[in-house]
Amino acid sequence: MFTAINRRSLGQFATLWRFQSTLVRAEHHNNQLTPITLNAITAARKVGGEVTCLEAGTNCAMVAEPISKVQGVKKILVAQHDCYKGLLPEELTPLILATQKQFNFTHICAGAYAFGKNLLPRMSAKLDVATLSDITEVKSQDTFVRTIYADNALATVKCNEKVKVFTVRGTSFEPAAVAGGRAATEQVASPSPAGMSEWLEQSLTKSYRPELTSAKVVVSGGRGLKSGENFKLLYDLADKMGAAVGASRAAVDAGYVPNDMQVGQTGKIVVPDPYIAVGISGAIPHLAGMKDSKVQLTVTRVIVINKDPEAPIFQVADYGLVEDLFKVSLSMMTRLDIVILKV
Amino acid sequence: MSRVLVGVKRVIDYAVKIRVKPDHSGVVTDGVKHSMNPFCEIAVEEAVKLKEKKLIKEVVAVSCGPTQVTETIRTALAMGCDRGIHVEVSGKDYEAMGPLQISKIFAALAKKEEASLIILGKQAIDDDCNQTGQMTAALLDWPQGTFASEVTIDGEKVKVVREIDGGLETIKISMPAVLTADLRLNTPRYATLPNIMKAKKKKIANMKPADLGVDMVSRVEVLRVDEPPTRLAGVKVETVDDLVAKLRANGTI
Repeated sequence: MFTAINRRSLGQFATLWRFQSTLVRAEHHNNQLTPITLNAITAARKVGGEVTCLEAGTNCAMVAEPISKVQGVKKILVAQHDCYKGLLPEELTPLILATQKQFNFTHICAGAYAFGKNLLPRMSAKLDVATLSDITEVKSQDTFVRTIYADNALATVKCNEKVKVFTVRGTSFEPAAVAGGRAATEQVASPSPAGMSEWLEQSLTKSYRPELTSAKVVVSGGRGLKSGENFKLLYDLADKMGAAVGASRAAVDAGYVPNDMQVGQTGKIVVPDPYIAVGISGAIPHLAGMKDSKVQLTVTRVIVINKDPEAPIFQVADYGLVEDLFKVSLSMMTRLDIVILKV
Repeated sequence: MSRVLVGVKRVIDYAVKIRVKPDHSGVVTDGVKHSMNPFCEIAVEEAVKLKEKKLIKEVVAVSCGPTQVTETIRTALAMGCDRGIHVEVSGKDYEAMGPLQISKIFAALAKKEEASLIILGKQAIDDDCNQTGQMTAALLDWPQGTFASEVTIDGEKVKVVREIDGGLETIKISMPAVLTADLRLNTPRYATLPNIMKAKKKKIANMKPADLGVDMVSRVEVLRVDEPPTRLAGVKVETVDDLVAKLRANGTI
């Protein structure tokens, strides 16, 4: 199930105009509010004005209630239809376009994760406007900051489109509080199904560990682990610390771990404190995932364990231990983690 | 199933450490090593494999930009594409060119070439936009199979396994369609010397966006480009005990 949020800003410009913006958000299939939605709502509120949410799915009732409590959300639009199974962009795009035609929003946004990245550009092209991907800062209603070159540069971008469409990097914005809000709900009609795509199935990695992108502590392994079995060292350490486990692209490519554990430019962006990198050399794409990009200047402490003193990852390490990770035996790692738990 | 269009973008090589220009107008590109966007290589490989499986007849490599992009098209031809199209864009238009403009070009070409499939890379490693495939599909009103890690042609439909945040998702879409290649879709081949030589004889057609009826106007401006905040230098330690001691002294633990 997915949700879109509209934003309306009143009186910010010429008094005859009323501005609105839409935020698109997604739910998991277990019918819970996706965390990144709350970060996206914060970004929408920074643009100024009112925030409206558009929720679409096969069973919206379960999510409408929590969103209505989110601080800063004024109204929720609900569209329920079987064709939204799998939240296919071909089906959701006509819905958002119809909503836009009816309410005339000034801004449309969503969290920059698989769902938002798949849907928003499709929708914006139909409106003949650009999308700004993965923004990390809202400077004003038309100026945003986003990263380029795998987080090695920051671009400040001004958007002169009549509707400003953007996706939001969740880790750059605080989540909106799910309290104090009292949004009204309104049903919207669903356009006829497009019928050109069909959702078959999902295979999600079930994990009781914290979700990578919102985890407070992350332990990541690289090719230095040498096998999927050796990742058990990190799983055990992570379990003791209540940490999430990530991996470099090299480790995923080598088949040690599934793709959803990848941290980096084309994987997940993480902002834990600390981030512990084990057996990772630090090729540029991985560093992009680990660097802090939050608006609030939280320093992410990076701890590196690698036997190669020349590994690029040491350049971003706050603490580097040059040691063969296997020699740093489980008992020593246990010692480290017990000390950390004392905090 | 006859023709596939593949987009290839010329970008700063992924291993290069980029520098921001002193006037903050952009990133230094002059004299810097460029190569084909890694995701585009994967897209080319997938298209060529489909041709080798005899599921499609012809692969056309397309790139938009100044003269230098023909090098990138030649690489695609050396990997097995049949012919190339160079859409000339240069100067201010090239600097301002973004996914919206490119998708208009691809949509126009898809109609002109009567393509059944467009395969693009998921994102370019310079702008990190991840939009062109989705936008092209929208303009053509075609379905989209993005972040593809596995593609299977099944009659008039394509089964796509996609990489999403929690794992993998499988969809089935009708053709014609747009696919965007994710990292694990395949391992691109190296162009062998005989193929590089053969590629020199393959045709690259030349055209301008105006020939395709495409307006390159962009309503997005880059105001400035900055380096990210620098991290303070780190500390090397010899043993886990040292590490623990430092973290204690620092107040982390």
